[in-house]
Amino acid sequence: MLSNDISVILPELVLAVYAMAALMFGVWSKKQQAASNLILWVTALVLVVTGFWVGLMPSGAHFAFNEAFISDGFARFAKVVILWGAASILFLSQEYLHKNSLLKFEFPVLIVLATVGMMIMVSAGDLMSLYMGLELQSLSLYVVAAFRRDSLRSSEAGLKYFVLGALSSGLLLYGASLVYGYTGSTVFTNIASVVESEGMSLGLLFGMVFLVTGMAFKVSAAPFHMWTPDVYEGSPTPVTGFFATAPKMAAAGMLARVLHDAFGHAVADWQQILIFLSIASVFLGSIAAIAQTNIKRLMAYSSIAHMGFALMGLAAGSEEGVQSLLIYMAIYVTTNVGVFAFILNMERDGRPITDIKSLSMYSRVAPARAAALAVLMFSLAGLPPLVGFFAKFYVLTAAMNAGLEWLAIAGVIASVIGAYYYLRIVFLMYFGEAGEALNGKMSNIHWVFLGGSSAAMVLGIVNLFGVETLAGMAAATLLS
Amino acid sequence: MDNLLSIVTFLPLLGVIALLMLRGDDAMAVRNVKLIAMFVTTVTFLVSLVVFQNFDPSNTEFQMVEEAAWLGGLSYKLGVDGISILFVMLTTFMMPIVIGASWKVEHRVKEYMIAFLLLETLMIGVFLALDLVLFYVFFEAGLIPMFLIIGIWGGKDKVYAAFKFFLYTLLGSVLMLIAMIAMWYDAGTTDIVRLLDHEFSSSTISVLGWQIVGGTQTLMWLAFFASFAVKMPMWPVHTWLPDAHVQAPTAGSVVLAAILIKMGGYGFLRFSLPMFPIASDLMQNFVFFLSVAAIILTSLIALAQTDIKKLIAYSSVAHMGFVTMGIFTFNQQGLDGAIFQMISHGFISGALFLSVGVVYDRMHTREIEAYGGLAIRMPIYAMIFMLFTMGNVGLPGTSGFVGEFLTLIAVFKVNTWVAFGATSGVILSAAYALFLYRRVVFGDLIKESLKGIKDLDNREKLIFAPLVFFTLLLGIYPVLVLDVIGPSVEALVHNFESVVGAAGPATVTH
Repeated sequence: MLSNDISVILPELVLAVYAMAALMFGVWSKKQQAASNLILWVTALVLVVTGFWVGLMPSGAHFAFNEAFISDGFARFAKVVILWGAASILFLSQEYLHKNSLLKFEFPVLIVLATVGMMIMVSAGDLMSLYMGLELQSLSLYVVAAFRRDSLRSSEAGLKYFVLGALSSGLLLYGASLVYGYTGSTVFTNIASVVESEGMSLGLLFGMVFLVTGMAFKVSAAPFHMWTPDVYEGSPTPVTGFFATAPKMAAAGMLARVLHDAFGHAVADWQQILIFLSIASVFLGSIAAIAQTNIKRLMAYSSIAHMGFALMGLAAGSEEGVQSLLIYMAIYVTTNVGVFAFILNMERDGRPITDIKSLSMYSRVAPARAAALAVLMFSLAGLPPLVGFFAKFYVLTAAMNAGLEWLAIAGVIASVIGAYYYLRIVFLMYFGEAGEALNGKMSNIHWVFLGGSSAAMVLGIVNLFGVETLAGMAAATLLS
Repeated sequence: MDNLLSIVTFLPLLGVIALLMLRGDDAMAVRNVKLIAMFVTTVTFLVSLVVFQNFDPSNTEFQMVEEAAWLGGLSYKLGVDGISILFVMLTTFMMPIVIGASWKVEHRVKEYMIAFLLLETLMIGVFLALDLVLFYVFFEAGLIPMFLIIGIWGGKDKVYAAFKFFLYTLLGSVLMLIAMIAMWYDAGTTDIVRLLDHEFSSSTISVLGWQIVGGTQTLMWLAFFASFAVKMPMWPVHTWLPDAHVQAPTAGSVVLAAILIKMGGYGFLRFSLPMFPIASDLMQNFVFFLSVAAIILTSLIALAQTDIKKLIAYSSVAHMGFVTMGIFTFNQQGLDGAIFQMISHGFISGALFLSVGVVYDRMHTREIEAYGGLAIRMPIYAMIFMLFTMGNVGLPGTSGFVGEFLTLIAVFKVNTWVAFGATSGVILSAAYALFLYRRVVFGDLIKESLKGIKDLDNREKLIFAPLVFFTLLLGIYPVLVLDVIGPSVEALVHNFESVVGAAGPATVTH
């Protein structure tokens, strides 16, 4: 049996062993700088390769450790997004870290460990393994948030994230204990069968609410979003970019997994929670972002609004809803990788700048970069013909077909409000007041990600690169 | 040539790609950019002539249909019928004129031409799309280039105008998206051809305690109405239009007035009437009220304007009032008149904005006060401006007359009071148009700054020539248009009447 178990978790195992080995190599190596560089590039490549490996695994669901770990189509889809998202951020971060003397070998190692945690989160079939994955991810993220040790902001971000993260973990654990108490099991399938046969007792409902609340912290859905803007702003920019991509996919995947695998027979009970989270997030994210002047804070509120949309798909409680969630997250991660490739290059005389005013008339300074960012912004705003529109379209369709017309209407109204601040960036770049311009040079690798991401937003209209079909297959495995 | 329509739609996009490839900022490169844009729009027009040649007006089905599978459940489907063909022709015809009118642009020429070519693709796509979502994509995507056109090349309050234009029209459209998804769910298809045959439920339902007569149809109708009314624009959601017009560069105003606002009218004809006939019937008086209000109120507002462009913008709103009024008479003359009015307004308002552009290029002001006595130094300009002013008023012999007259006859048959109100708008439009003309063109040439003003040059004459020709041709021989749209409109009216008639008086209680 053990060999079977190990073969199922092999990708995670390999990554974990790799992280350990990289750590050792970093510690023992004489030339710290060169070693850190090497580890960073190798790690990024390892993540890309693992992404292919996981993506090309034979279809079908495989279970390990008495269903504590599930490797099905849903998990694999989410893992590919997570792995490639993390790899992209690593590729992008080297230059920034190097310039700001943050390039330490711990950084890629921590990213790999967080990634392993995320992979376990989306594969968890048991509350224990879920918590284990979640904490592995969270602990790594707390550290990278405070990675700039000599900066007050960064330390503050790390501490804030840690305290609120610990609180949310507490809530989640409390919920898990209630669920265990009322169902007698931590395995999702067992919980599901209890729910099916006995219905949702009050205690179980209580437990589920706490579970969802704890996870809502992780996806930064309003009203559990308070940590997001401060952590996004305080963390070093590559870390912010990382927060905005892979962990979002992982948290959304985990939420979908728990709700459908464990509480799939109680859709009506969690649907209303998600509806509330979704509406609160889209409106809060859209409205609060209007007043932001710091692009990292702005992206934080933007991520809250986008998670609201993603949850809208999940709130549908259907296979179509899960499909739309996966499509949404894949598109969102792709867009954000491009946006952060840009933000990492926002600098004047070698110092990083995050004030959006500095983008004034940027189209004069660097027309191609400005155009690429404009495409990404329009895509985030959800305008056709860009891919961001289809992300929202699938989510809205799922919500409408599930009979949640009011949710869809609230969503589109919030998206119009949200369009304002994305437009403001385009406005600044193309017809704002000329001010002190940015003058950073963009390295080729950043260009590849920025250009590639915006080209994907335009060309994706043809067939979304097949993501739609893949997400459909993935969603089918979760609900079968 | 199986994919003629795709070629027409995406030719301008090829031009965009060609322009993106082009390098350099010197005078030669700028000239090349303009030539390429002109070449591409002209070729598009020529190809659209082939479409027009192959089009058979007596066939009321969609013609030259192309279909390909797209994302799950959706399809890429294009086709043309009697209702859309002339809008396509109007678009392809106006674009070379628009490019020609932009010949003097010197600021970021390449981006400018890219934006306009992109816009052309999107506008043609709107009129040809036969899939709901494809239609929506084209319909909404036009906001992006237009936002940039107003924002980058606009006047001094461009930022306000660009944001207002964008958010206003976006808010109108997203509700339509919701209705489209509901239609997809209800009918199981996004294919417009099949949706035209689908009957949406019209039995009374209750929403939040409100009894909705006409049920689903009414709700969907309202959602579509929100979008089209803003695009049109109808009173009282017209306030974005004057701002956008005043701030947009001349060519932007021409596109906006001649083509973009016609999308609203086209939407009513393509969606509201045939797909939600019972709701349309229920809403007839509501639309009549808004139309007459638009005709009278905006004409009065136009009288008080001091900015030439704003005056013409308000007059556009009034003219679109005739269009919506005509469409909601649900009879042959009304629909014919509405389409005719839209086509004719495309020529006339386009030409009027070009006329404003001519003097603006010379004097850099649009204040009526700054002008006077132009007839002395600019006789040819005075003639042309006169012709289009008369067209705007609806003088017999110009195309403006036919549309107004047809819609007025049609509405007279349905509701005399509405006809009465709308006709008074004709008088008001004569008042503001002639008032404008007198203050700008007649009188003594006393302003120092105007003493050196030059008459039209050859480029400008060339731009105006086709517009003059068509305004007069359609005014004298309107059958050219009516023969093309007639059979399709007849079929639409026939279907409409059979559905509303069959539903009986039970649901038709006003």
